[in-house]
Amino acid sequence: MFRRILAVIAIAAVLALPAAPAGAQLTVQILKGMAESVPIAIVPLAWDGPGAMPYDVAATVHADLERSGRFRPLPRAQLLEQPHAAGEVDTADWRMLKVDYVLVGRLSALADGRFEIRYELVSVANGERLHGTAVPADPRALKRASHRVSDAVYEKILGVRGAFATRIAYVAVDGPVNKRNYRLIVSDADGANERVVFGSPDPIMSPAWSPDGRSIAYVSFHSGLSAVYVQTLATGSQVQVSAKSGINGAPAFSPDGSRLALALSRRDGNVDVYVLTLATQELQRITEDPAIDTEPNWSPDGRSLYFTSDRAGAPQVYSVAVEPGARAQRVTFEGGYNARPRISPDGRQIAVVTLDRGAYRIGSVDARSGGLQVLSGGALNESPSFAPNGADILYTSRVGGRDTLAIVSSDGRVQRQIAASAGELREAAWSPFLD
Amino acid sequence: MRSLSILLILVGALVLGACGKKATTVPEGTGSTAVEGGETAGAQGEGQVGEGRDLPGASGSPTGGPAGVANVIYFDFDRSDIRPEYASLINSHAKYLAGSSAVRIRVEGHTDERGSREYNIALAERRAQAVRRALMLQGAGDAQLTTVSYGEERPAAVGSDESAYGQNRRVELIYGR
Repeated sequence: MFRRILAVIAIAAVLALPAAPAGAQLTVQILKGMAESVPIAIVPLAWDGPGAMPYDVAATVHADLERSGRFRPLPRAQLLEQPHAAGEVDTADWRMLKVDYVLVGRLSALADGRFEIRYELVSVANGERLHGTAVPADPRALKRASHRVSDAVYEKILGVRGAFATRIAYVAVDGPVNKRNYRLIVSDADGANERVVFGSPDPIMSPAWSPDGRSIAYVSFHSGLSAVYVQTLATGSQVQVSAKSGINGAPAFSPDGSRLALALSRRDGNVDVYVLTLATQELQRITEDPAIDTEPNWSPDGRSLYFTSDRAGAPQVYSVAVEPGARAQRVTFEGGYNARPRISPDGRQIAVVTLDRGAYRIGSVDARSGGLQVLSGGALNESPSFAPNGADILYTSRVGGRDTLAIVSSDGRVQRQIAASAGELREAAWSPFLD
Repeated sequence: MRSLSILLILVGALVLGACGKKATTVPEGTGSTAVEGGETAGAQGEGQVGEGRDLPGASGSPTGGPAGVANVIYFDFDRSDIRPEYASLINSHAKYLAGSSAVRIRVEGHTDERGSREYNIALAERRAQAVRRALMLQGAGDAQLTTVSYGEERPAAVGSDESAYGQNRRVELIYGR
């Protein structure tokens, strides 16, 4: 037990370092890693340029891979040698250290003031050079470029593109009950570089990324009533897109970004799913049922919507084609409560909030068979959001009376918790890939 | 596992050199937090629900409206039907509104924290609409009533127990806005 605690402290300390800039608020702790995590050595890069090396690329790659729970990077102090090119890697030495892969490279200053990260990935088993490339980077984008190195290493070894160079949006809440302070925040996927997108003393809810990663739709009550806004991140410009009588909620961008699925109650209070075409403000009613229909999410092909409905008594997930007169079909049958569907990027898996033996947990529903697997272990989990590579699900977990964020792999094998220095964090949405 | 979870939280706080609010409930993963059924869990949870009695402090001293009449209506778990004991409360507000047509009120719906947030927004809207319809049946004018649903976003009581849940499943009638 004590050894496990020490190990956790060590991980937390390592991760706190590369989350560089002051004000960075989040740290990721691995609650459960994969037993078969991949041992890898990330060798500090050589520096070709004047003065001190401007950025420790290897430290960021080390932290990224460790935080994923799929890799076991060798502690830097245990590196017996520090090669900088594939040809310098002595596989026999690395075999003794029981690592399967070695990442080596150089950081160079270019004549135009930019930098170049040149790196190579070597398999220790056979000495094969699996990958080698050069990435140019602006001085201020070295961290981002480092995340791209992590993405490539993850993909070469696991066969799935990494999602380290992505971002997350979430709602942070602090202050006493009668004087809350809500902030919509966007940060890098590792919690660094956080920026406040919008702040209000009234509730902010349900952030959703546009497919190009440039805008976020969300619900705000700052007018005194609920309304849906779309805000462009680069300019901060905020456009109110739905402020009808009753509920304006649960926005979700269509895969082509042209339309927004919404839950509206209009004047009669009957909550149904609608689709708003942003350019024309044309509103199309998708469901028409006296029950609650809400939390729409698009299928990857944009032809249908999954949503929550209590038309059969308790909330369950349904799907409906986005065309006039289409009939909804029930998708979930296992368990007494399945809500807030989010479809995996490949369309095969549906993440839901499911009631599991008295606790609200994150579940994964097989889109074809309807089979349900419970992934998380909390008492009150909600708001699942897939990473753009489908490998992980970000969600909200209530721990010790506070909402915080957590990540579970989409197969349930890796479990991580994100700790905030203060306040509550909830309703995180993972960005698409940002190219 | 429990002590490990607590330590994880402590480690996070130490590493960051800052400490959050006092933790009052059991950390995730212990399975001992009392979450039975759920605010929106359907029929299976109904037998466990408390009476949702009027709670001191939450329903007292409304500003505006009929004198001496409370302005909060509490609901059973996963229900939006108004319990019979609130008939006179609603009648008093409806008569007051019918007699002062310039008065406007907000009918604000709320749920407890269990279940999905947007689903709870819909459930709280259903509660607010039930109260709106009841007020209109008793003579209040449509134009006098604005409904707004906050779901679980604005709890009256903090805590993850039935006492807090009962105080949070409510509709408030707010005068003067």
